[in-house]
Amino acid sequence: MITVTDARKTYGDFVALDDVSLEIPAGSLTALLGPSGSGKSTLLRSIAGLEDLDGGNVRIDGEDVTHQPPQHRGIGFVFQHYAAFKHMTVRDNVAFGLTIRRRPKAEVARKVDDLLEIVGLDGFQHRYPAQLSGGQRQRMALARALAVDPQVLLLDEPFGALDAKVRADLRRWLRRLHDEVHVTTVLVTHDQEEALDVADRIAVLNKGRIEQVGDPVSLYERPENDFVMSFLGAVSRLGDRLVRPHDIVLERDHATAASRQAAEGAVGPLVAARVDRVVRLGFEVRIELTADDGERFVAQVTRAEAERRRYTAGEDVVAWALRSEEPVGAGPVA
Amino acid sequence: MSTTTQPVGAPPSPAPPSAAPARASSQGGRRRRGGPGGRALGLGVVGLWLSLMVLLPLAALTVRSFDDGLSGFWAAVTAPAALAALEVTLGVSVVVALVNAVMGTLVAWVLVRDEFPGQRVVNALIDLPFALPTIVASIVLLSLYGPNSPIGVHLNATRWGLGVALAFVTLPFVVRSVQPVLIELDREVEEAAASLGASNTTIFRRVVLPSLAPAVISGTGLAFARAVGEYGSVVLIGGNIPRETQVVSQYIQQQIEIDSPAAAAAVSVALLSVSFLTLFVLRVWATLSQRREASTA
Repeated sequence: MITVTDARKTYGDFVALDDVSLEIPAGSLTALLGPSGSGKSTLLRSIAGLEDLDGGNVRIDGEDVTHQPPQHRGIGFVFQHYAAFKHMTVRDNVAFGLTIRRRPKAEVARKVDDLLEIVGLDGFQHRYPAQLSGGQRQRMALARALAVDPQVLLLDEPFGALDAKVRADLRRWLRRLHDEVHVTTVLVTHDQEEALDVADRIAVLNKGRIEQVGDPVSLYERPENDFVMSFLGAVSRLGDRLVRPHDIVLERDHATAASRQAAEGAVGPLVAARVDRVVRLGFEVRIELTADDGERFVAQVTRAEAERRRYTAGEDVVAWALRSEEPVGAGPVA
Repeated sequence: MSTTTQPVGAPPSPAPPSAAPARASSQGGRRRRGGPGGRALGLGVVGLWLSLMVLLPLAALTVRSFDDGLSGFWAAVTAPAALAALEVTLGVSVVVALVNAVMGTLVAWVLVRDEFPGQRVVNALIDLPFALPTIVASIVLLSLYGPNSPIGVHLNATRWGLGVALAFVTLPFVVRSVQPVLIELDREVEEAAASLGASNTTIFRRVVLPSLAPAVISGTGLAFARAVGEYGSVVLIGGNIPRETQVVSQYIQQQIEIDSPAAAAAVSVALLSVSFLTLFVLRVWATLSQRREASTA
């Protein structure tokens, strides 16, 4: 378990961490999610000891490590740009943490072989990092971090430098790996889809503060504020409320909309709008609209629904939402 | 997990320079794809220029050195005074180059990694030995370490004096070749090593140094080559004592003065060969240690 208490870090006038407190349960895979400059990487690097806190403390499994150098924190760290030892083979990279501890050769060899098999790089032992693809390099970096049996595994935007396909493959692979290895893992990302896909807990950060912590479903379904709502998943503004595009229902006229809204027990505004464009995206259909107050928004319906209703550009509709939170507050919307 | 493997790219190795003139002549007027004869023209100009400036004088020198035949060449090179001068020159140069390898790397490290007042000034000072006429260096060193030394250090006409003079003029080579590599070095690699439990010493030895090695080697090689051929900075403080502090360049000068140009040329060729061989070996070494990292995306 990692416990961060009142962590504070400033760079000149910029407050990177504004008295952040966070508990990361043992064995969990927690994502620190936020836009750039939100402090998520600083928080991760502070846990690793790569950044010194100006205030507050960090405990790993009960031990106060606030003033310990990274060497003594029992961590594994994976960087966005791999940080491979370019002059060493894949084998030597993975073995690094063990060889500097002067472990017996046989033990090192066995452990490295095991790890390379786990990360799917057996047969690449004698390659150099330059001879690997980005995804392979990152898996090598993971094996290298896991070789020292870290108490916690810290990943700083680990898939950020990879292309979309590899990124999706790798994060599913990371999820499976975590289910096998069970090491407490913290992952920094700015990609909400990645956080929702891979993590079992998400902490949303904004401007050096934690906005909300919870499991992916509760964060998506019950965001505590506009920031979390708009950062996790797509949002449309309907009247004075933020709603999920797939919760928007479009009717031909005001009366139908009002009666259906009442039947569903939903509350919120009924918004007259005109369809600008209907975009078919495979299973989903995205409908772009302009409300009569000039606000543009997007509704998402299934293909079947779209074919039944036959929305066309230029058509006038009335929009309402199945679910909406309280009216939009004064908070900023990303 | 089905990520594809990049092809193992051959590391970019510079074409051997000797190939340039030959290709230029064989492909003279032919137009190559991509440019209307621009490539051939470029190769031609470069070939001609290198021939005029480097190859022709070297060839002339070599021919001259055999004026008295092979035996004359051998006699000139193996004359006791010549051998002594070669020994002094190479010995002091090797020591100076090694000192430079360590101190130059250290200077570059401090300039890149540390912050201190006057850093820019110090950084600019490094180039001064390049800019200064070497004879000025000699005067400076003589007034500081000469017979009238204000600080009581007398290095005049000693090998220490030679070493100090050569270290002075060759200081920039290692610093300036290591500096850009150090700036480009990925700090995350060091952080990764630290997170794996490596001490600072281990990080430097196992992670940083291997990345710097090619730059250190090539800088040291240049410093050595420069030291071997140095004349101006040692001419006053060295003392020109045969078999003690007389360096090869001074010996060659002496041979010219006593009107034996063939001997001067022969010793020059010997010196040239040593320098060339050293640079060549270091170049191969640096390329080999760089090869694995090459083709990095």
